[in-house]
Amino acid sequence: MRALSWIATCGATLALAASAPALAQKGANSARFGYDQVAENIDPFFNNVRIGVIIGQHVWDTLIYRDPTTNEYKGQLATSWKWTDPTTLDLELRQGVKFHNGEAFDADDVVYTLNFVAKAENKVVTQSNVNWIASAEKLDTFKVRVKLKAPFPAAVEYLSGPVVIHPNEYYAKVGPAGMNAAPVGTGPYKVVEHALGKSVRLQRNPDYFKDSPKPQPKLERVDIRFIPDRQTQMAEMLAGGLDFIMNVAPDQAAQLKTVPHLEVKAGETMRIVFLNLNSLPDSPLPALRDIRVRQAIAHAIDRKTMVKELVGEGARVLNAMCYPSQFGCSDEKAKPLDYDPAKAKKLLAEAGYPNGFEVDLFAYRERPQSEAMINYLRAAGITANLRFMQYAAMRDQVRANKAAMAHQTWGSFSVNDTSASTPVYFGGGPDDINKDPEVIALLKTGDTSVDPAARKKAYADALGLISERAMGVPLYALVTYYVNAKGLDYRAYADELPRFWEMSWK
Amino acid sequence: MLAYALKRLGLALLVALAVSAASFVLLRISGDVALAIAGEGARAEDVDLVRRTYGLDRPLIVQYGEWLARTLTGDFGQSLYFKTSVAGLIGDKIGATVILAFASLTLALAVALPLGVLSALFPNTWIDRLSLTIAVLGQALPNFFFALALVMVFSVKLRWLPVSGSDTWAHFVLPAISLGLYITPPFMRLIRAGMIEALASDYVRTARAKGLSPLSVVVKHAMRNALAPVVALAGVQFGFLLGGSIVIETIFALDGLGYLAYESITHKDFPVTQAVLMILSVVYVLLTLATDLVNAWLDPRLRTG
Repeated sequence: MRALSWIATCGATLALAASAPALAQKGANSARFGYDQVAENIDPFFNNVRIGVIIGQHVWDTLIYRDPTTNEYKGQLATSWKWTDPTTLDLELRQGVKFHNGEAFDADDVVYTLNFVAKAENKVVTQSNVNWIASAEKLDTFKVRVKLKAPFPAAVEYLSGPVVIHPNEYYAKVGPAGMNAAPVGTGPYKVVEHALGKSVRLQRNPDYFKDSPKPQPKLERVDIRFIPDRQTQMAEMLAGGLDFIMNVAPDQAAQLKTVPHLEVKAGETMRIVFLNLNSLPDSPLPALRDIRVRQAIAHAIDRKTMVKELVGEGARVLNAMCYPSQFGCSDEKAKPLDYDPAKAKKLLAEAGYPNGFEVDLFAYRERPQSEAMINYLRAAGITANLRFMQYAAMRDQVRANKAAMAHQTWGSFSVNDTSASTPVYFGGGPDDINKDPEVIALLKTGDTSVDPAARKKAYADALGLISERAMGVPLYALVTYYVNAKGLDYRAYADELPRFWEMSWK
Repeated sequence: MLAYALKRLGLALLVALAVSAASFVLLRISGDVALAIAGEGARAEDVDLVRRTYGLDRPLIVQYGEWLARTLTGDFGQSLYFKTSVAGLIGDKIGATVILAFASLTLALAVALPLGVLSALFPNTWIDRLSLTIAVLGQALPNFFFALALVMVFSVKLRWLPVSGSDTWAHFVLPAISLGLYITPPFMRLIRAGMIEALASDYVRTARAKGLSPLSVVVKHAMRNALAPVVALAGVQFGFLLGGSIVIETIFALDGLGYLAYESITHKDFPVTQAVLMILSVVYVLLTLATDLVNAWLDPRLRTG
C-alpha cells in the first residue's frame, strides 16, 4: 500500500500542473461525493455503516433534532416533548409535513415506525438504537406517547439520531427491502436512483417543510458513488471527477493541500481512542492485575507527542473514556496521566517486573498509532507484540478473554450521550475487560437516572474511578480529513456527518 | 474420444466439487459470520440472534450439504449483506466483468500477435528486444501499480479518460489495458516460440521452395500452425481474467463480479463470496475441459495418454 500512497503523492504533484477543473458541478448546482463503504440497505434501521447514517439524515427526519453546534435539542417532526414519568415520553407532532410520495405525516407514522423497530423479530441491525422502546401509542392525530422498557434518559438523543420516521402505509406495504429499493422519507433530499453497491442519486426535495431546523437544501443534486479504493478517490478528486471525499489519511491530506483546485479541512470526530487493559481475575497477563503495572503503562505513553505527530490537526489529548461533548462526559475527577518513562520503569520495578514483560497488543485500525505505543512501551521495558486484525476478529479475542491489551476505538454511533460510550467498555458487558463492580453500578445509575444532575455525578464518579484504577489509557479522539473541490462551501462536524443540505457553491 | 471426454468431464466435476468444499470450509473458518453481520457494537444476544436466524449454529457439514443442494438447483441463496438474491446480484454484475475480460483478451492478442510474429521473424533484433521488454514489464509490474500509473497519466494529467466507474465504454479502456498488459507476455512468448519452430520446419521450407510469397508462407503456413496452442491458452486466460479482475475492478470501481467479490469478502457476505468463487471455478474448469477436448481432438496421441 506504500506504493499506492507514493503514486497518489506523485499524482498530487502532477495535478499541480494540470489545468483548473471544470466547474460544471457549480453550474449544475450539484455535488459528487465518493465514499469507500457500501450501504447494504438504505433504510437506516437496516445498515450499520456511516454512509447509511449520512444518507439516512438526508432522506429522512427524526422527531427531535440536535443542533450540531450548540448540542441543543429542537423540534423536527415533533414540535415539543415532555417526560410524564421516567418511562413515558409524550410528543406533540408537527402538522403539514409530507413524505416524498405525498403521504401526509401524522401520529400513525410514528406509532407504526416505533412499534415496528422495537420488535426484535424485525431484526433492526443495531438493536441498541431501538431496544429501549417498549411501545408507541397514538393519543390523537398529532400526539403520540412512547413507552420505555426502563428509565432511559438518553432516549431524546436517540430520537434525534438513529430513529428516523417512515411513512406507515408505504412501509407496511413494501417493508425494509422495498424501502431500500425506493426510499421514501420526509427529508431534504429524495432518492431518485439507487444502483445497489454502485451509486445513490439524491435530488433536492422542493417541498421540504419550512420550519425544519435543518436549513432548506441549496444543492439541487448529490451523487454518491461507492469507490472502495482510497487512492482512486484521490485520483478522482485530482481529475475533477468528484467534489467531496472524507476520511483521507493525514499524509495524503497534506499532499492534497498543495493542489490549487482542492481544499482540505480537518475535524475532530466523536471516535475516541484508548488502550484497554485487562485486569480481570483470569487476565491473560496476570501482571495487569497489579495497579502499578497499569499505571506504568499509562506513564510510558507520550500522548501529547502522538496527538501532534500522528493524529493530526485539531486533535487533543483526552483524560476520560468518553467524548467531551457527550452528556455526562467529564474529566473533573479523571487525573491526567503524564508521560514519565522513569516513573513507568520505577512502578514496574516496584511491582516485581524490573525487566518488564512480554504482551500481545490487539489492534484493528490506526496501525501507526499502535506501533508508536509499542515503541513507547519498549522504552519502558515492556515488549508488546502487535496482533493486528479485522475488527470482528479482535472483538472475538476480547470477548473470549484472550486480549490483555487492546487498542480500541469507539464512535458511539454519533450519539451525544455518555451512555453510548463508557458503559460499552466499562459497564459489565462482553467488551468490559475490567468488570469493576463500583464502576458498573455508577454507570448503571448514569444510564438510567432521570435526574440530569444525578446522571452527571454518577458518570463523573465512574470516569474518575476508571482513571484512578488505571483500567485503561484514554488517548485522544481521531481527526478526520475532508477534501473538497474549491468553492464547495461546507462545515465539518464531530459526528462525521457531512450535511449536504447546508452546502453550496461559492 | 467419447471415453476420454467422459473421463475428463468426471475429473472436471470432481475438481469443481473439491473447490466448492475447500472454499466453503476456508471461508467459514476465516471468521465468525454472525459477528460480522451483527457489526460493531452488537451485544452478545444480538450475535446469537443472527446466528440462529441464518442457521449458522448448525454443523458445518450440514450447512455445506444444504448449500450444495440449493446451488445445484441454481439457487445461490440470499446475500447476508444486501439482503437480496445472490443470483440476481451476480446477474447484474457479470456483464461488466465479461466485457472487461473480452476487451483485455482482445487487447493482449492485438499486441502479442504482431510482436510475437515479428520477434520470430527477426530474432535478436531491436523488435525482439522490444517484445522482451514488454513481456518482462507485463510480468514484473504489479497490475495495481500499473493501473494507478495509467490513471495518473491519462485521467489526472491528460484528462482523456475517466478515473473510475463503469457507465460508458471509456470507463473500460484503462482497466482493459491494465489487465491486458498482464496477460500479454505468455501469448507473446508462445507465439514467438511457435513461429520460430514452424519457420524452421520442413513444410515451410517446402513452401518457400515452391516460390510462394514470404507473406503467404508466414501467414498461411507458419502462423496457422503456431496459433493452435494460442487458442488453447486464450481459453484458460479468459477464465483467469474473469477471476483475476478483483484488484483491477476494485481500483477502477468498475461495477463487476470482481468488485462484488471484494465487497462480499469485506463484509463477510459468505453466500456471495461462495457463489462468485463457485461460478469462477466452474467457468475455469469448463474452459480447461474445452481446451483439453479440443487439443485431444486435434492430436489423437493425447487421448491415449
